[in-house]
Amino acid sequence: MSGFDLSAILSNPEYVEMLLHGIEMTFVIYIGSWLLAMTLALVFLGLRFSPLRFGNSIVAAYVSYHRNVPTLVQLMLWYFGIFTLMPQGWTTWLAGHNAEAIFAIIGLGLCQAAYFSEDLRSGLRSVNPGQMEAAKALGHSYISAMRFVIMPQGVRNALPPLINHSVSLFKNSSLALVIGASELTHAVKEIENLSFRTFEIYLVGTVLYLFFSLLIMTGGAYLSMRADPARSARA
Amino acid sequence: MINDIIAIIKDYWLLLLIGQYPNGPLGGLANTLILSALSIALAFPVSILFALARLSKWPMLRWPVTALVYVTRGVPLLMLILWSYFLVPLWTGADVPSFVTMLTTLVVYQGAFLSEVVRAGIVALGHGQMEAARALGHSYLGAMRYIILPQALYNMIPSIISTFVSTIKDTTLGYVINVPDLTFAASQVNNQLLTQPFQVFLILAIVYYAICWSLTHVANRLERRIALRRAGPSSLRATPLVATSKIVSEQL
Repeated sequence: MSGFDLSAILSNPEYVEMLLHGIEMTFVIYIGSWLLAMTLALVFLGLRFSPLRFGNSIVAAYVSYHRNVPTLVQLMLWYFGIFTLMPQGWTTWLAGHNAEAIFAIIGLGLCQAAYFSEDLRSGLRSVNPGQMEAAKALGHSYISAMRFVIMPQGVRNALPPLINHSVSLFKNSSLALVIGASELTHAVKEIENLSFRTFEIYLVGTVLYLFFSLLIMTGGAYLSMRADPARSARA
Repeated sequence: MINDIIAIIKDYWLLLLIGQYPNGPLGGLANTLILSALSIALAFPVSILFALARLSKWPMLRWPVTALVYVTRGVPLLMLILWSYFLVPLWTGADVPSFVTMLTTLVVYQGAFLSEVVRAGIVALGHGQMEAARALGHSYLGAMRYIILPQALYNMIPSIISTFVSTIKDTTLGYVINVPDLTFAASQVNNQLLTQPFQVFLILAIVYYAICWSLTHVANRLERRIALRRAGPSSLRATPLVATSKIVSEQL
């Protein structure tokens, strides 16, 4: 292997195309699982705060499971396990529609929902109960007090952990490699096999991940600042 | 389904527990736990050094470590594993077992994450402790050694256990470079059975859940105890006051 030569990778249109496709798949998995996780987290939040007594324990059990079982094992359980138990029709349909990516989205999304719902819950709980009393005293119904008084403050409080977990979800999208989804890490490994330029291609992959992670962190920091300029100035 | 699971456990419990140990390398659950324990034990001193460097007033120390922590936090663990897989043999010039590769990666990765915990623990103590220690004639390092770190580390015990839990979960990624851990053993079992992947991976999930849940439980209990102790006797005095004010407000 000759010396360090980044252009050997970046000037080869085939490699660049593989990288771009990897980035695209990484974002498809990331955005898909993020949306799934956030939707589920909001449903869980509703269950947590609902008068249903068992709602709370169901969500608690869900969160406990997803926090204590490695994400990789959950992906394996979905892709190698549950996939094979599905009815024939589903299996063929999924196999024809990039099953790896779909199961990566499901596995990562279900797992991340546990973290997101805990973030939102702690954010809401940090809102002073007096706020609810005051909103009711001003004539708000429970729903509208939630909508206009509690949620805006609660979500603002939950922003820092939500941003952290969004970044870790982005990083975890690389786990899809194990079930064979062709995302960025997969592309990096493929190019390494083809080009033997290990150092260069890992560097490109690392810089790409770092760039997007920092982008999400910066975007999150901007959002926190917009949500509460005074507090961000103090922090 | 349940019968399948019991049959698998009956046939393969030894493989899942210690891998092919007498006839091969130590593996299975034992290897997972040893790898996690070693990683945390080695990452701990590294994290203290990183934290002290990040709190240092010299930019020469602060900047490189800050950059390292940011890179580690921004890059997937899988990417770091692939880096070590390629770099560690290059540095040592020898054939390195995947266990060592994984250990190196985890020490750097968890060292960076733990250093944030240590830093937070030190910052949370407040300036007063350091100022008082300096006023009593301690040098900076002496104050750190005898005053700051013992208190900060005590408060951090629950966080360290949490990091231990996430290390156990992270060792599963060694699967990619064939570290003979529990996940690896389970996929071996799966390859031998071929027909019951769901049952095998369900067992895997249950075992990880049992271990990580018990550790999380210990961490939570310790956290409550430490919080009570930190609050000191004043918290006991405060309780009846809160109770009375509640009774008063209810009467109103």
